[in-house]
Amino acid sequence: MTWSDCPGFAAAKEAYGETTVVVERESIPEACLYARDERSFDVLLDIVATDYLGWGGKGVAGYIGTATGRDLNLPATQGLQTLPQLKPARFSVSYHLLSLTHGAPRVRLQCWADDGEPVPSVVSVWPAADWHEREQYDLMGIEFAGHPNLTRLLMDEDWEGHPLRKDYPLGGEPVRFSDAE
Amino acid sequence: MTVAPPTPLGRTRRWPIVAPGIYEGSRIPPRVPTIRDVPEELQGSDDILRISFGPNHPSTHGVLRLILDLDGEQVVGLSAVIGYLHTGFEKNMEAKTWWKAITYPERIDYVGYQNNELVFVLAIEKLLALEVPEKATWMRMLLCELNRIHSHLVFLGTSALELGAISMFWYCFRERETILDLFELATGARMHTRYFQAGGLAEDVPPGFFPECRKFVALMPGAIDDYRALLDRNQIWLERTRGIGLLSAEDAIALGQSGPVLRASGVDWDLRRDSPYLAYDQVDFRVPLGTHGDVYDRYRVRVDEMEESNRIVRQCLDRLERMEGRPWIVDDRKVVLPPREELHTSMESLIHHFKIVTEGYRVPEGEVYVSIESPRGESGCYVVSDGGPKPWRVHFRAPSFAALEATATCVHETLVADLIAIVGSLDAVMGDTDR
Repeated sequence: MTWSDCPGFAAAKEAYGETTVVVERESIPEACLYARDERSFDVLLDIVATDYLGWGGKGVAGYIGTATGRDLNLPATQGLQTLPQLKPARFSVSYHLLSLTHGAPRVRLQCWADDGEPVPSVVSVWPAADWHEREQYDLMGIEFAGHPNLTRLLMDEDWEGHPLRKDYPLGGEPVRFSDAE
Repeated sequence: MTVAPPTPLGRTRRWPIVAPGIYEGSRIPPRVPTIRDVPEELQGSDDILRISFGPNHPSTHGVLRLILDLDGEQVVGLSAVIGYLHTGFEKNMEAKTWWKAITYPERIDYVGYQNNELVFVLAIEKLLALEVPEKATWMRMLLCELNRIHSHLVFLGTSALELGAISMFWYCFRERETILDLFELATGARMHTRYFQAGGLAEDVPPGFFPECRKFVALMPGAIDDYRALLDRNQIWLERTRGIGLLSAEDAIALGQSGPVLRASGVDWDLRRDSPYLAYDQVDFRVPLGTHGDVYDRYRVRVDEMEESNRIVRQCLDRLERMEGRPWIVDDRKVVLPPREELHTSMESLIHHFKIVTEGYRVPEGEVYVSIESPRGESGCYVVSDGGPKPWRVHFRAPSFAALEATATCVHETLVADLIAIVGSLDAVMGDTDR
């Protein structure tokens, strides 16, 4: 089954037995509508964004402190053996869809966005998208254009920053002992 | 009693093709699907009382906060506020090696812990392409089904308690205690066992577990009969639960529901049967269904599921008892810790042990989404690896999160007292919702 007639189709790939269909960011609602109505993917299970800042660098996920703070991984042998494939933009937004038919077919619609680029909301296609989009906005800072109520969901309303971004420190408090002080 | 909305049957239905923004014939609130706004004719009226239900209310199963607009006893407006139990599990897991991160998922859904652990371990195994020994697969199934019974018992005990049936609580927690003892016997811990490893189990099944589990399996059908005798024809229970919190099949699908909530609405869908993982294609069980999608149906589906889970446990025992002495974890020293006794004699084992514990094992680059049928529905795990020893991104598709999205739809011409029954019937675990 080919996905090339999906609106905004950019690429499709198979990996680990899963289908990923990359579509243009602006055409996400049309692509979702196509998946729902033409391909009977009735259920939107999940919307998840991933931050690829520092992808292919060394141990960004493990540092504690500020962006320039100490890296607990070094000088251990934590670096990567091969450089991972480069990504087209900083963030990926994946939509996991399920079809309630025999064999439970699944597909992952995916689009790419850089910081500040809005992704159109799919709340009008699946009401379930409401909280999922709010969660990704809250934790990852993806703007979902056209969402009826895009506010923080898990963090406090006055929280600063988006905690799941790679440039958001894990420890929370910046390290105090630097040469500047 | 309220009449149930028409519910088309099973999989033949098609969710109506809608223009964006319109949900024809649906109870999903039109503007924001998860917020029920006060009707226009009541807006600004002095009779509307806005109260905060929770987050510190025992009937909210943790720290759920519902902002209610009341007209007398009638709930006319509702919006759910979550996040009080947000602990940043996903962020923390990015900083741990794959090996250490296995401890986290259990604490996310702390009632269905064994299932949550399974989904993360399955995701690692999918990336590593590990073949798990048969014994480990069957033991995982056994523990997950015990955990499902445990989770449904907690649901049944607490939601009956909230409607005043206090004896149900004692009955359910009596059997729950037995299950926790079984977990302690098999894994050393009552909850949060960390018994599943990438590649199999942490330890072999200890002697004496199977006979004890047999005793439980023999006892459980009688216990389920007790629950049914107490509630099934109990007039108070029927009046409090029937026709309350209706959710039609279309609405449930549109809201991404899964598990017992979806099946209570009449949608015949169970991942264990429709996309089998572990060895669920080799066991015999049936998928209980509801028809109306009310609180009573959700209760019935869960009680029937306990019975089916008990049957699966029995079939697992039949298999496992014949697997004495078989391996319980793969023999792959790059991923699996070597046996303890080898560390005293083998330099190579010592090195492997040291490398796995300090640096962790490397997982090939890629992204996968693995899902299982947890007690609450589809529990999914999305994992991205950059080829290093730590996950790049972990995300859990939490069934409780999806279930709470349906609160505003279920609460339709409801009284405050019924709201407690509805929230209880969605069986949300706040740790799972907030992560």
